[in-house]
Amino acid sequence: MYAQMVDTGAKRLRTLEELSPEERAFQERIDADIKIEPKDWMPEGYRKTLIRQISQHAHSEIVGMLPEGNWITRAPTLKRKAILMAKVQDEAGHGLYLYAAAETLGISRDELIADLHSGKAKYSSIFNYPTLTWADIGAIGWLVDGAAIMNQIPLCRCSHGPYSRAMIRVCKEESFHQRQGFDIMMTLCRGTPEQKAMAQDALNRWWWPSLMMFGPPDADSVHSAQSAQWKIKILSNDELRQRFVDQTVPQADYLGIKMPDPLLKWNEERGHYDFGPIDFEELYNVVKGNGPCNRDRMRARIEAWEEGAWVREAALTHAAKQAARSKKAA
Amino acid sequence: MSQEWPLWEIFIRSQHGLAHKHVGSLHAPDAEMAIKNARDVYTRRNEGVSIWVVKSADVSASSPGEKEPLFEPANNKVYRHPTFFPMPDEVKHL
Repeated sequence: MYAQMVDTGAKRLRTLEELSPEERAFQERIDADIKIEPKDWMPEGYRKTLIRQISQHAHSEIVGMLPEGNWITRAPTLKRKAILMAKVQDEAGHGLYLYAAAETLGISRDELIADLHSGKAKYSSIFNYPTLTWADIGAIGWLVDGAAIMNQIPLCRCSHGPYSRAMIRVCKEESFHQRQGFDIMMTLCRGTPEQKAMAQDALNRWWWPSLMMFGPPDADSVHSAQSAQWKIKILSNDELRQRFVDQTVPQADYLGIKMPDPLLKWNEERGHYDFGPIDFEELYNVVKGNGPCNRDRMRARIEAWEEGAWVREAALTHAAKQAARSKKAA
Repeated sequence: MSQEWPLWEIFIRSQHGLAHKHVGSLHAPDAEMAIKNARDVYTRRNEGVSIWVVKSADVSASSPGEKEPLFEPANNKVYRHPTFFPMPDEVKHL
C-alpha cells in the first residue's frame, strides 16, 4: 500500500500474559477500541512502527506529486490542467496532515525528511514508474488512488488518534481523485481508436504495479500479525488486494478495456475474481531502489529541499526581526 | 543545519459552526504565514470562514494521568442533568 512492508520489530506475537502491566493495559485499551493519543503511554515498538508507517505514507503523498506533476504543463485542456493542479495540491495537503500526525510521536519534520532523502525511510513502490502518456494520469487516479482508498478507509478506524483523524480527512478528499481519473479514462475510451489504445496501454502498464501496492502476500508478511494486534493494520494485504480486483474489473469492463492478465476469471464458487501470479521480485526490486524512476524521484525531492533552504531561512530571519521590532516598539 | 519552523495549532470556524474547532497543525515561521498556510492546507474545500493559529508550544494540556481527579467528580453529580428530575406528564412547560 502507501505503506508497504512496515517493520514492527516483532519476531512473534506475545500473549497478554507475557506483556508487562503497562503493555497489557495498553493492549486492553486497543482491544476496547479506545484511541491512543499523543500524551498516552505507548510501547516503544508501537511508536517506532507507527513512525515508519505514517512517514512512509506521508512520503508517498509527497513523492506521488512528481509523476502527476509531470503532466500539468501538458494537460490536454485548461479544465483538465486546473483539475490536475487541484489534485496534486491535495496530495501535498495529505502529506502535510500525515507528517503532522507522525510528529506527535516525537520525531521532527526535518528528521522525517532527512530519512526520506537518505533512503532510510521508504515510500510506495508505485511512484517509481514513469508517466509516459496523458492516459497514465487517468490510470493513476483510477487505479492508484482507488487502491489507496481501499487501504485508507479501514485505517480511519486505526488505534492511533492522530493517524485516524488524518485518514478521515484524506478519505473525504480522495474520492475526487479516483473519479477524475476514471473520467479521463472514460473520455479516452469513448474517443478515437488511438485514444482508446492509449487507455489500454496505460492499463497494461499500471495494473500489475497497482496490485503490488498492497505489499507481499500474507504468507510472507511477518509484521502483519503485530500490526493487526495493535490495530494499525485492519485488513490483510491479500484481503485488500482481492477487494480491489473485485471492484476494479467491472469498471474496466465498462470502459471496454482489459486487464493484462490471461488468468483473470470470475470464480463463481469463491464469489471473487481469480487472478494470475504477481511478480513480487519486481516489487522487492523497486522497493530496494531499482525501479525505473527511483533515482529521478529522489533527485527531484532533494533538489527541491536544498533549493528551498534559503527561503526557509529567510522567512525565519524575517519573523525574528519583526518580533524584535514589535518588542522594541512596545 | 538550519532551525526548523515552529509548529502551530490550527482552529477553523466553519460556515455554520459556532466555535473554532481544532483541525490540525502545521509549520510556519510566524503567525501571518501560519494563517496563509492554514488557508491552503485546511480550507481547500470551503471548510471555513475564520482561522485561528496558536503556537503549539503555547498550548497547555491536561495529562491523561489526571483524567480521574479531573473528571470523576462530575460523574457523581448526575442531578446536574435535567433528566434527573422526573416530571409529571400533566405539568407542561418544564
